[in-house]
Amino acid sequence: MTEKTKHNLGGVLPGGTSLVNKTGTWRSERPVWDSKKCIHCMLCFNACPEQCILAEKNKDGNIRRKETNLDYCKGCGICAEICPIKCIKIVKE
Amino acid sequence: MKTTKLGLSGGEAIAYALKQINPEVFAMYPITPQTPIIESYARYSANGLVDTEIIRTESEHSALSAVIGASAAGTRAVTATASQGLLYMYEALSVASGLRLPIVMPVANRAISAPINIHCDHSDSMSALDQGWMQVYCENAQEAYDMTLFGLRLAESVYLPIMVCIDGFFTSHNMEVLNVYDDLSVKKFIGEFKPKYNLLDTEHPVTVGALALPDNYMEIRKEMFDAFLDVKDNYKKTSDEFKVSFGKEINFYEDYFASSSEVVLVVLSSTGEASKDIIDKLRLHGMSVGLLRPILFRPFLYDEYLKPLKKAKKIIVLERTEGPGSYPPLYKDICLTIMNEKNKPEIHSLVFGLGGRDIYQKDIEDVLLSVISGKKLKSRYIGIKE
Repeated sequence: MTEKTKHNLGGVLPGGTSLVNKTGTWRSERPVWDSKKCIHCMLCFNACPEQCILAEKNKDGNIRRKETNLDYCKGCGICAEICPIKCIKIVKE
Repeated sequence: MKTTKLGLSGGEAIAYALKQINPEVFAMYPITPQTPIIESYARYSANGLVDTEIIRTESEHSALSAVIGASAAGTRAVTATASQGLLYMYEALSVASGLRLPIVMPVANRAISAPINIHCDHSDSMSALDQGWMQVYCENAQEAYDMTLFGLRLAESVYLPIMVCIDGFFTSHNMEVLNVYDDLSVKKFIGEFKPKYNLLDTEHPVTVGALALPDNYMEIRKEMFDAFLDVKDNYKKTSDEFKVSFGKEINFYEDYFASSSEVVLVVLSSTGEASKDIIDKLRLHGMSVGLLRPILFRPFLYDEYLKPLKKAKKIIVLERTEGPGSYPPLYKDICLTIMNEKNKPEIHSLVFGLGGRDIYQKDIEDVLLSVISGKKLKSRYIGIKE
């Protein structure tokens, strides 16, 4: 951890502290998403092992993919691999 | 407080204490010679005498892991093991202590492979001395019963796990008469467990077992090391409470004429009983011999252990384990105890009873007489075939 935290007994921390550790810095490649081509099938949303693909409901109640959260994305490329229309490209960091 | 006399083996005595504790979780995996503990407990459970959740795991690694999870969820959780089972748990041992979980784990000491052997020696628990567990070694069924109750209370006062060690077969399987205390007094003595955190409390979520890199790891580990410094005071405090509840003190060690003797025998667990007969016999002949039988072995209280060794001119440390390429652990700790003494006593390290080989009173007498008369010992290994 980069941030110094005062520890509790046994190194037990409050919940959700993994947010402090921005693991996206471990990445050597990153996904680039083409929002124009995307059909919002949400396959990448479900496949991402780090839950880095953000989504929201629009006015009509349809779920729409949003930008990738690069703070924690490790560039594994699963999203690009699973995308049926290949609108996600993996590029060198 | 009411006491009842019962005929129980050491393993059954521990199970009886655990029955009175009635922990929320008992994870079980059978291994000889610890089996009387889980067998008796399973019977208590089947007969509805306890309401413990019994988890029959597929290995000792899983048994301790289940207990760690249960303890982190704020419950009293126990398991019992021996030998290879303890070695199979090894990875999880430091997790239990690192997470500061006051787990009570009886160990029926047994030799380790290879060659495979089911009988008593101390190589199993002695190989786990530095994993952050307290260790106590019990002489007989009575002490095993007492130390299980005492150990739970002690563990929960310092938030460290504890191994309650008994000699496999010699203590675990031999029937003895012992005094057990009434359930109500035991309940009062052990009190309520006050966990420091609760893994399952969704109102106050916690991260247990988080990553700590070089900038934090050392401080968190040191906190666990420092907890061992609190054991001495808490041991005394728990002993006072034990005395109020059951009319008996629990000492760091048994001092059987050791502090007034020039020759002191140091030995753990059930061999202490056999040695006392020899000490009595030699003392009748006017020899200045005594026995020091450590009970609390981790932490090792060097200042406390110096007290019964103040008069000693010769110390003989008998151990049921070896330190290959070095010396066995009790010998090393006794050496450290007397390190700063001006007139250092002469000190001998002897190994006996590996893999359950019998030690006879004659063997102990021979060693004592040889050391008293300054004769060279035939071998470091008592009873070895040459």
